[in-house]
Amino acid sequence: MARIQFQTFRDHDNKFILIGALIALLVGIGALSALYMEHNGHIVTGMNNQIVWGMPHVFAIFLIVAASGALNIASISSVFNKKAYKPYARFSGLLAICLLIGGLLVLVLDLGRPDRLIVAMTTYNFKSIFAWNIILYNGFIAIVIVYLWTMFQKNLNGYTKYAGFAAFIWRLLLTMGTGSIFGFLVAREAYDSAIYAPLFIISSFVYGLAFTVLFLAMLEWTTGKNFMPKDIVRRFRGLFIVFIGGVLFFTLILHLANLYASQHHGVEEFLLVNGGNFPTIFWGGQIILGSLLPLAILASSSFGLSRRGLVLASILFLLGGIAQIYFILIGGQSYPLNLFPGMEVTQSGFSDGAIGHYSATMPEIMLGIGGLSLALLMTGIAVKVLPFLPKPWADEA
Amino acid sequence: MTRNNFDFSEAGGCGTSSCSCKSQDTGKAEDVTKRDFLKGSAYAAGGISLTSALTLFTFGGSPAQAKEDETAISSKQRWGMLIDADKCGDDCDTCVSACSEENGWKNTGNPLTDTIWIRKIKVKNPETEHETTMPLMCLHCEKPPCVDVCPTGASFRRDDGIVLVDRHICIGCRYCMMACPYKARSFAHEAVEDQKEHAPRGIGCVESCTLCVHKIDKGEQPACVSACSKSAGGAMLFGDLNDPESEISQTIKKYATTQMRADLGLNVGVRYQNI
Repeated sequence: MARIQFQTFRDHDNKFILIGALIALLVGIGALSALYMEHNGHIVTGMNNQIVWGMPHVFAIFLIVAASGALNIASISSVFNKKAYKPYARFSGLLAICLLIGGLLVLVLDLGRPDRLIVAMTTYNFKSIFAWNIILYNGFIAIVIVYLWTMFQKNLNGYTKYAGFAAFIWRLLLTMGTGSIFGFLVAREAYDSAIYAPLFIISSFVYGLAFTVLFLAMLEWTTGKNFMPKDIVRRFRGLFIVFIGGVLFFTLILHLANLYASQHHGVEEFLLVNGGNFPTIFWGGQIILGSLLPLAILASSSFGLSRRGLVLASILFLLGGIAQIYFILIGGQSYPLNLFPGMEVTQSGFSDGAIGHYSATMPEIMLGIGGLSLALLMTGIAVKVLPFLPKPWADEA
Repeated sequence: MTRNNFDFSEAGGCGTSSCSCKSQDTGKAEDVTKRDFLKGSAYAAGGISLTSALTLFTFGGSPAQAKEDETAISSKQRWGMLIDADKCGDDCDTCVSACSEENGWKNTGNPLTDTIWIRKIKVKNPETEHETTMPLMCLHCEKPPCVDVCPTGASFRRDDGIVLVDRHICIGCRYCMMACPYKARSFAHEAVEDQKEHAPRGIGCVESCTLCVHKIDKGEQPACVSACSKSAGGAMLFGDLNDPESEISQTIKKYATTQMRADLGLNVGVRYQNI
């Protein structure tokens, strides 16, 4: 195999600049939204004492999970020594860092006291998975920077596989930690399951790869050049099919396990059958639109092997991912706590026993979109400054 | 995370020299914040993540002030409460009003976003139609999930069993609210006014019943208990669960009592009778 040549991104048309400007605008709106929320308090959001985590957390968790998954291409290249993925390894590391920073920023700006970030960075309760996650997130950025360094610096190339291995293990821990935020909540019936850790890991593969495909497609669209040769389209398609199969499997097990225990029938009925919008978000959003439809597209021997098919499937996977996290996060919180098993709450001054209602407000939605936009903007700037991307391939017949 | 010798008024009281709640900032508080910020930034820049975390965890001091030996808080006591639902009036909210007045929080009729430290709740057995009414607040667990999940250790349990939030290091992440099985915590969604000196509060932080720790430390009873015995049914009994001679210990020995969600194994400090 010929030596891979990398380049700083160039030869694009004005569409790239226009997209960048639009994204920068969204970053600005996100920043203003954060300021507005910080100034007025969470009263200007749809969050309340029952739905304590809202849309910013949906975006933050989605981006953080996607970040660990975005590193997957680099891991396949370095750890599993699949040379076909090597041209994308640098970009994979870059995208992982940028998505993580975008997600973390949303998470931090949604804190009640974002000004106390330094407290969160320096005062730890090691029994808290949240505290471990702060270390895992920061550590991930540090390790991936070292990993990228070994890729960029010729005389350090020999260390790439070691750094790649460390990053691979770390990213598994990171996603496990993120899933465990829910897994370790014993009192909430929708959570309290160890399966959230592997579910988040396999979901990360889907989200991360979808972001990778869409960014590469955007590069192709703005340059008219080939950044995804047929062979890599075929490989990405295969990965997607395996990964989304895994997500469906773990989702099935999660709900089957709950359905087996009669004490959880109430919450399952709420989430899957009669809980307002949540059954629609689950069945329509995550399962049909975000899993089965893209799976059907990819399964098609013609469209599924085309670049367009892959791009469309990636868009659907990301929409399904947002639906999945929204369903887990908001749906799980909406179901009331079971304060007195076997009893019904008939009156309460604090909405006990009642289904929670949440309606996201514009500032919190824009904060989430701002974080996503920042991740993409940082990626776009970085590929212009440093040679993260491979040189485009010659056009194929 | 358990702390001993933690004096609530020293660590969290409004107007104290180290207070940095938004609504009560002082010049000195800003100095402290800046110093903390610079110190933290240096560590963060030096070696993000593990190294800095371990360093500060090892050498960082606790904001708690030690008390004199004779008044030190210790695990010799475990403060608790027994609520007799049979004595709790259907429409009575004396305990709620007393708590609100004592601690400065207000029920504005928006339970979704108000901060509420104690509320009345009515439950019905669907089989028998039997209804029971009772107050519900932080149950001061021996193994509190809120303390386990708090990333900064702001949620903590004193050695005498009182579960509190340290307003200096609460970052408002709300993970404790996700973890509490009793929905005992609420979040200050908007600016807080008319705070009591002994009950510091602030926008963006989580709060809950303190068991009137400021009164307990002076040898008094929580406001809800006093009010209930003075002008309502006397349904609330406060005392030391570790003292076998105390009235509360004698009562729970004699009568059947209930720990809410006993299946979770949290060994709550606030127990119920006749539910």
